[in-house]
Amino acid sequence: MTGFLTVLRRELRIALRRKGDALNVLVFFVVVASLFPLGVGPEPNQLRAMAAGVAWIAALLAALLSLARLFAADYADGTLEQMLVAPQPLAAVVLAKICAHWLLTGLPLALVAPLIGLQYGLPADALCVLLVSLLVGTPVLSLLGAAGAALTLGVRGGGALLGLLVLPLFVPVLVFGAGAVTASLIGINPAAHLSLLGAFLAVSLLVGPWASCAALRVALD
Amino acid sequence: MNSELFRLAAPQAFFPVAGKMLPWFSFLAGALALAGLYVAFFVAPTDATQGEAYRIIFIHVPAAWMSMFIYVMMAGWAGFGLAMNTRLSGMMSSALAPTGAMFTFIALWTGALWGKPTWGTYWAWDARMTSELVLLFLYLGFIALKGAIQDPARADRAGAILALVGVVNVPIIYFSVQWWNTLHQGASVSLTRAPSMAAVMLLGMLLMALAAWMYSIAVALARLRRIILERERDAEWAKLQRSTA
Repeated sequence: MTGFLTVLRRELRIALRRKGDALNVLVFFVVVASLFPLGVGPEPNQLRAMAAGVAWIAALLAALLSLARLFAADYADGTLEQMLVAPQPLAAVVLAKICAHWLLTGLPLALVAPLIGLQYGLPADALCVLLVSLLVGTPVLSLLGAAGAALTLGVRGGGALLGLLVLPLFVPVLVFGAGAVTASLIGINPAAHLSLLGAFLAVSLLVGPWASCAALRVALD
Repeated sequence: MNSELFRLAAPQAFFPVAGKMLPWFSFLAGALALAGLYVAFFVAPTDATQGEAYRIIFIHVPAAWMSMFIYVMMAGWAGFGLAMNTRLSGMMSSALAPTGAMFTFIALWTGALWGKPTWGTYWAWDARMTSELVLLFLYLGFIALKGAIQDPARADRAGAILALVGVVNVPIIYFSVQWWNTLHQGASVSLTRAPSMAAVMLLGMLLMALAAWMYSIAVALARLRRIILERERDAEWAKLQRSTA
């Protein structure tokens, strides 16, 4: 537990000293979401129908962008190796890094998303659902994405490869996350979608850290 | 467990065994495919509603079956290799991946060709088609990851982790896509065919499925032999093998 808190505090402190990194991801998210209307036209009904999908896909891409850096710096300067041989369990360290990643990207994304929803003309209750779906769904991106980031550590062409590896695994999050918002738009209770999203979060909580630890051990072999 | 089986886990021991098995599986694949194609084109009757176009199922359905089955086999070998640290298992999963990706692609391609005359469209965002497409992406990711890592032992273990995460996800992806499809039912394309299939059509399909299965084994063995030779290139026996071949 102390290992977890120490690493979490360290990650957050580093991020606070380099505010630009986390901020850039957020700006990227907003820019991508703002480009869609320019591409498909300003027709309000069409925009309302696509809002959830656009917000979620922009969130996936933003997460992908930040995941590439999750272990890279620690890998480059040897910190990761020290974490591996430290007496604290590697799972605690990995989970702390995943938590920090979510606090620095997933959480701000989710909080900004209703603003984007407003631009797309979503009604108030759909905005709430969008916020909740992102709050439940973005941790999955950090959890599964961490495994992908660990697998592509030190591999040539890592960035594009990371996308190829993790984006297909994000399909259920996209389906249920955007589905919840769409459901509430057409008057269906989104609770079922959100519950399934929560279930997927529980599964990823099991699979993600295990796979990340195993992949880190492989990478630093 | 008998020790003979363990002995075969060594690439050097399995190499000649794979070589002996290869002609048998190739022969079976050819014979079954000939029989299956004969049934498909000359024995099976023309479908009452779909005409001759339905005959593509004799390729399409076996390819779709194999695409999913090979992924599970590949993940199984990869996981076995990760747990038992056997080199041959990782090579086996590498040998299976391209065949699986090929069958996935064939299933998608023939599905599109079949869709045009029967539903009037090459592509519909139907649950099965979409999840098959995601399966293709999973195969490509596995192949790309293995290709990007230089050290074969590391590539095997990284690939194994990815395959295991993927195999947990495949059913979830399938059901999520299915549910997504029922919500977004835009173009109503029904996949439900006539309730019962003539026995002779089923026979043709089963023959073709068996042929595809035997083909997969034969190709995987042939590819496995190449992978063994490549990875063991510095071993004396492999050098000998190459100079005689």
